[in-house]
Amino acid sequence: MIEVDGLSVRFGRVEAVKALSFGVARGESFGIVGESGSGKSTVLRALSGLNPDWTGRMVIDGQALTPHRSKEFHRQVQMVFQDPYGSLHPRQTVDRLLSEPLQVHGMDNPERRILRGLNEVALPATVRFRYPHQLSGGQRQRVAIARALMAEPQVLLLDEPTSALDVSVQAEVLNLLVDLQQARGLTYILVSHNLAVVAHLCGRVGVMQAGEMVELLSADDLRAGRTQHPHTASLRELSIELEEPETT
Amino acid sequence: MLVEIRNLRVQFPTATGLSDAVRNVSLTLGQEKLGIVGESGSGKSLTARSILRLLPSNAILSADKLTFDTIDVLRADENALRRIRGARAGLILQDPKYSLNPVMTAGAQIAEAWRAHRGGGRKLAEQAAIDLLAQVQIRDPKHVAGSYPHELSGGMGQRVMIAMMLAPDPELLIADEPTSALDATVQAEILRLIEDLVSRRGMGLILISHDLPLVSHFCDRVAVMYAGRIVEELAAGDLLRARHPYTRGLLGCLPTLGHRQARLTVMQRDPSWLET
Amino acid sequence: MSGVLSREWLLSETPASRRQAAWVRRYRGWLQLRANRLAMVGLVTALVMIIASLAAPLLAWQDPSAQNLAGRLAPPSFAHWFGTDELGRDIYARILYGGRVTLGMVVAVVLLVAPIGLVVGSVAGYLGGIVDRVLMRVTDVFLAFPRLVLALAFVAALKPGISSAVIAIALTAWPPYARLARADTLTVRSSDFIAAVRLTGAGSARIILRHIMPLCLSSVIVRVTLDMSGIILTAAALGFLGMGAQPPMPEWGTMIASSRAFILDQWWVPTIPGVAIFVASLAFNLLGDGMRDVLDPRQR
Repeated sequence: MIEVDGLSVRFGRVEAVKALSFGVARGESFGIVGESGSGKSTVLRALSGLNPDWTGRMVIDGQALTPHRSKEFHRQVQMVFQDPYGSLHPRQTVDRLLSEPLQVHGMDNPERRILRGLNEVALPATVRFRYPHQLSGGQRQRVAIARALMAEPQVLLLDEPTSALDVSVQAEVLNLLVDLQQARGLTYILVSHNLAVVAHLCGRVGVMQAGEMVELLSADDLRAGRTQHPHTASLRELSIELEEPETT
Repeated sequence: MLVEIRNLRVQFPTATGLSDAVRNVSLTLGQEKLGIVGESGSGKSLTARSILRLLPSNAILSADKLTFDTIDVLRADENALRRIRGARAGLILQDPKYSLNPVMTAGAQIAEAWRAHRGGGRKLAEQAAIDLLAQVQIRDPKHVAGSYPHELSGGMGQRVMIAMMLAPDPELLIADEPTSALDATVQAEILRLIEDLVSRRGMGLILISHDLPLVSHFCDRVAVMYAGRIVEELAAGDLLRARHPYTRGLLGCLPTLGHRQARLTVMQRDPSWLET
Repeated sequence: MSGVLSREWLLSETPASRRQAAWVRRYRGWLQLRANRLAMVGLVTALVMIIASLAAPLLAWQDPSAQNLAGRLAPPSFAHWFGTDELGRDIYARILYGGRVTLGMVVAVVLLVAPIGLVVGSVAGYLGGIVDRVLMRVTDVFLAFPRLVLALAFVAALKPGISSAVIAIALTAWPPYARLARADTLTVRSSDFIAAVRLTGAGSARIILRHIMPLCLSSVIVRVTLDMSGIILTAAALGFLGMGAQPPMPEWGTMIASSRAFILDQWWVPTIPGVAIFVASLAFNLLGDGMRDVLDPRQR
């Protein structure tokens, strides 16, 4: 489904992503973990078309990507951002936010699609005409997910979708993402600094450090500690150590 | 006791009357490390800030007792409060980007904090600033002292913040989500540093966080807050034996690397939690 | 949904239709504005002045151009509420009729200037690069000229009169609006919510028109209300130099200009139009200040 080969992204003199390669099968979830500045979000922005200054080869569903993306591409690939407070237009109702992709792509039956979209992310129909500032963080992120799904994409790029949420809300959103993937056969690329979140949602994980993917392994190997690269091992150790409550 | 809080209440006026943001909160703190854990809006920051009376201007604060080292914070005037704030109790905030002055070097800011509380000459203060930076385990304190905040990484900025708070040699440190903007490795380093400094200097620490397991590693005691109330208070080591369903829910809904779960447990909030 | 436009309907937390959602927002904005006493004073004053000018034929019983040289420079009396000017014309009538000209010019300028500034600024800010540089250099060129000199040159090139004055003032007044809209656009353009719209596949024109401009609009509206006094004064200056409203047409600025010689002996002749300008400017200023609080999206 997604093929990335030799992707490099530069910001001026800094090479943020260096010759990155990975592939994601249809219906698979692929996770990218790394610390801030490792270039993990830059990969997503290049894939989504938000950053046109890249070199290398990216293929989605057999189509090689160019810096300029077609409408068709945007129908197929959608993104969910980290901060649900920042990714929803402050002056638009949920209804308006959800109808935007429908209008852009000239899709039929907006009324039914909006109601179904809200239902799919388990939001009550009463939030339809509310503004983002009237919703909780979890509700906003659900709206963002519903908006991404409006044009019926096949690929969802998730940029730290739960790191701005409370842990109990994070659990709900992660469950929702699992359900949606099963129901729609979506392909996910999830970027996160949280190894546990990535391992929970994804079968395979790429570990990034300073713009390079230093290791590519299965989530099971990551859980079991069958790691090759010392950076992966140290990230894992820390995560395991801090996620269990201290016991006496 | 360094801090004693009995029946603290923080209210905010709304269109429909007063709404309680914090209610019935009682806490005591000695020379120990206390974690306050809760979700956003649970009142954990408000509770800790009440001790310094650093609340939004429209907040209404009341308590049966609210003392800092026998000083009655509720009745203290601005002068008395200023002698507490920053001097005897330091506050570390989430993002050093916003709490450091962008047009002053790190060293100058620490030196200023030092002089404000202890007096002394400029030269002396500058030397003290470098000493403090060394104490927060910065390898090249001279270089960092001459850097501006935007030249520092998040972890480095937070160390500078901590150094600044240590300048007046406070008895209490309040750390309000000090590491949520930082990477996991840096987060652990900073928390270890805070824990170490607090233990060595015999200070009291209030660590506010939304991450329950994390807090348990660095605190002696944990108070769990929900909707403005403390629902459970227990020794950090007893977390797995927590009684309250909310505390257990907080622990249960976390995905873990250690073991695989097909679905995460979703917390079922019980209205009766609000009644205690 | 019983009782459309009832208070409950307008304050609903869960609107049931697009229309209701829009009305709820407007009504909340109105409530907020109403709570601001100074802004309400400004709003009421501005409305009274506009309505009074529109209803001038009903409110004034004298012809604003009727001269009566025998009764020139008369002090305020029952017959002439605000006295008469140097040609014996009733100042009260001239103020009312002059409001049509002055306020009309202001409104015309604003209607011309705000859209131009908004479009230039948001297009430059959003597209960036060469478009930004060209548009902003053009803006700088207009900013570099002293406002009055440029307006004078324009009017001189056209023919003196109200419509030329309006065009001239508009030509000199739009650059600050473009700068303002550009600054606002730059702050929202890199935000996630604009990125999200880009990812739906929407084109630049759609993004600018439907997503960016509404956010710039509030600061432009505020700036407009704060700018109105300046526009009135420029119109007055043009009138004074014979490039704006032509006699005998009453216009507040021209009225002051033509009577400034009498300020010491018959102070009311130039003072009363001055008071009119002052009150109108103040009213718009107060209103603008209140609007800023209501319209600022960051405060919600």
